[in-house]
Amino acid sequence: MSATVRKVLPANAGSTPSGPTPRSRAARRRKLVSLGFLLPALLLLGSLVAYPILFSVGRSFFDASGDTFVGADNYTEMFQDPATTKAIRNSAIWVIVAPVLLTGLGLILAVLSEKIRWATAFKLLMFMPMAISFLAAGIIFRVAYEADPERGVLNAMTVGVHDAFSGDTKGYPTAHPQNPRTIPAQKDGSYRTAKSVSPGDTADLGLVGVPPKDIPKAAKPAAAASSAPAAKGELRGVVFIDFTLGGGGKPGRVDPTERGLPGLAVEAVKGGEVVATATTGNDGTYRFEDLPSGDYHLQLPQKDFAEAYQGISWLGPSLITPAIIGAYLWIWTGFSMVLIGAGLASLPRDALEAARMDGANEWQIFRKITVPLLSPVLGVVFVTTVINVMKVFDLVYIIAPGPVQQDASVLATRMWLVSFGGGNNQGLGSALGVLLLLLVVPAMALNIRRFRRSQS
Amino acid sequence: MTLSDTAGREPGASAAAPATATPAKTSPAPRRAGRGPAAWLAKKLSNGLIQAFLLLIGLIWLTPAAGLFMSSLRSEEDNSTSGWWKAFTSPSSLSFDNYQELLKQSDMVQAFWNTVAISVPATVLVVVIAALAGYAFAWLDFPGRDWVFLVVVAMLVVPVQIGLLPVSKLFGSLGLFGSIPGVVLFHVAYGLPFAIFLLRNYFAEIPREMLEAARMDGGTEWRIFTRLVLPLGRPAIASLTIFQFLWVWNDMLVALIFADNESQPLTVALQTQTRQFGSNIGVLAPGAFLSLIVPLVVFFAFQKHFVQGVMAGSVK
Repeated sequence: MSATVRKVLPANAGSTPSGPTPRSRAARRRKLVSLGFLLPALLLLGSLVAYPILFSVGRSFFDASGDTFVGADNYTEMFQDPATTKAIRNSAIWVIVAPVLLTGLGLILAVLSEKIRWATAFKLLMFMPMAISFLAAGIIFRVAYEADPERGVLNAMTVGVHDAFSGDTKGYPTAHPQNPRTIPAQKDGSYRTAKSVSPGDTADLGLVGVPPKDIPKAAKPAAAASSAPAAKGELRGVVFIDFTLGGGGKPGRVDPTERGLPGLAVEAVKGGEVVATATTGNDGTYRFEDLPSGDYHLQLPQKDFAEAYQGISWLGPSLITPAIIGAYLWIWTGFSMVLIGAGLASLPRDALEAARMDGANEWQIFRKITVPLLSPVLGVVFVTTVINVMKVFDLVYIIAPGPVQQDASVLATRMWLVSFGGGNNQGLGSALGVLLLLLVVPAMALNIRRFRRSQS
Repeated sequence: MTLSDTAGREPGASAAAPATATPAKTSPAPRRAGRGPAAWLAKKLSNGLIQAFLLLIGLIWLTPAAGLFMSSLRSEEDNSTSGWWKAFTSPSSLSFDNYQELLKQSDMVQAFWNTVAISVPATVLVVVIAALAGYAFAWLDFPGRDWVFLVVVAMLVVPVQIGLLPVSKLFGSLGLFGSIPGVVLFHVAYGLPFAIFLLRNYFAEIPREMLEAARMDGGTEWRIFTRLVLPLGRPAIASLTIFQFLWVWNDMLVALIFADNESQPLTVALQTQTRQFGSNIGVLAPGAFLSLIVPLVVFFAFQKHFVQGVMAGSVK
């Protein structure tokens, strides 16, 4: 430090005229000028930053109303009150998960984007979320995380992928046979005909309770298919909605406008065993060909009535914190990538070229040269993220729906809730503020150390 | 943390913002002979894979924002029955009606102007006050200078949360609570440590000979500050201005506490709407874009300075 002072201001000392009076007057003048330059900053920092820290520390030893000194009670309560411990635990998850993911993702993208021509455009795109507010980002993700796959883009994709892999037999969760005596429910949730049928027969299975929005657009009237006769050794029929829109239909009969239900599995059961399976077409037809003669029962298996896969409940209590961390990554990955990219650009090209010449492959170069050389930058990204993540507020506040606010709460939201948002316990609120401050003290010390080192 | 790396850069270096600096050209590797066409093909292939992967990532990054934008152009009814991607099949259903509707709501328009009325003075004040202090810390001699500056460095990471309660009491007794000046003052105070740090470090890089010469010529400190230091410090001041402006423009927490209904900025006005999510996406989506437009324009107009500012200011 003293080195800086000497370095910076040697001129003044020597150039002022000798003689005690003018010199001390000049010194006083210099002090006054300095004070003039500093005064606004010192006033604001003193009254709005330094004083509040002292005030909060003091206030944290008093009760909610501020009248009674309670010692460290607020601090012990912090770790006992379930809502507050939940917030502390969530903040811990944030601090562990987010920096690791952010640094890793930034590193991968920075290295990969070095190899493309449109790197500048890519970086610009990735960096853009940094310019917008957490509030806007929160709204963006609140919409994207919407649970209904018809509206939330994430669940629309999840359901799409799920259905592509697990077959798309459409379930009609609310459907049930029109006549529960002819097609009674089984214990496992399936429905089986009471009467047996044989090859050469036709059997129509009428269901009701399918709301119009669940009926696929492709569904066609079933009457024609129903009246088609079965060939020899064939067992066929339709599964249809036994309900005529606007009335006029007869229960148990396929009326002209009544539609078939496509995509349902129909099973032929003999002696309690499923011997054949068919799937209904758009007009509801199912056919079993070449069935050995005998008596069969027709069964609509439970999966016909299973709830359609609805995707993941991103904003539910169990996934809310990971979901919000995802939104956070969306905002900050550009920062991490650009910072690491700047570090990459300043790596000694010779070392990399030499390694390549020696026949090292890209992975070896990455692990043995790039990452170690980049470690200071990676450290910066990591520490920066840790500090930022401790203070995360807006995103949690906006993305978590009211009922799951508790499950998503972190230190900053809890502190806000306790002191302003209805809790009105300023003692505990101040203690939480002090905790936040204590948590960033290591970063503070690091800053000071770096600074002093850079000056010496 | 980035501080010493980015903020402390000398004037020349700061012009090269990381984002725009294309990674020092990976010289189109003089195709080493002897590897044969197989190696060449493998390289092309892996390059194609990388391109595809980054394209996918870019697409993923674009989708959520594009989704909200599409939603903002659809009617409330469309939004409640189907996803925004359905609009691609019926582009005619898109319109700016939601925006027109929003601009008719006087409280939203008021909130927009409040945001301006908070952001502009908060930015100007931070820059002016920090430039004064930064000059004093860099080039004026007074007792305890280095210790005071260390306190400023320590304040870099002080979370705003610690100030909310005490300052709201303080403002309450001063009659500033719930007013725009209160919000501005709070922002200025918590923006100062970083601003002073950035400018002090930048000013300190000015060659000493220049200042000495100016002092020899009898220039007052004020004259040196305005005629020499400020013009030389322009790049750092530009980065700081943009960073601080966006910081304040995007803030919600501070305004949530210090602003009342008449002085609330757009972020606060919109967050009250989020409490009935789902039913009013027709207000939220265009509102979010209204609040986005200014930051995005600033971002694209001043990318270089913005990236620089964010890089240096990430510690906040």
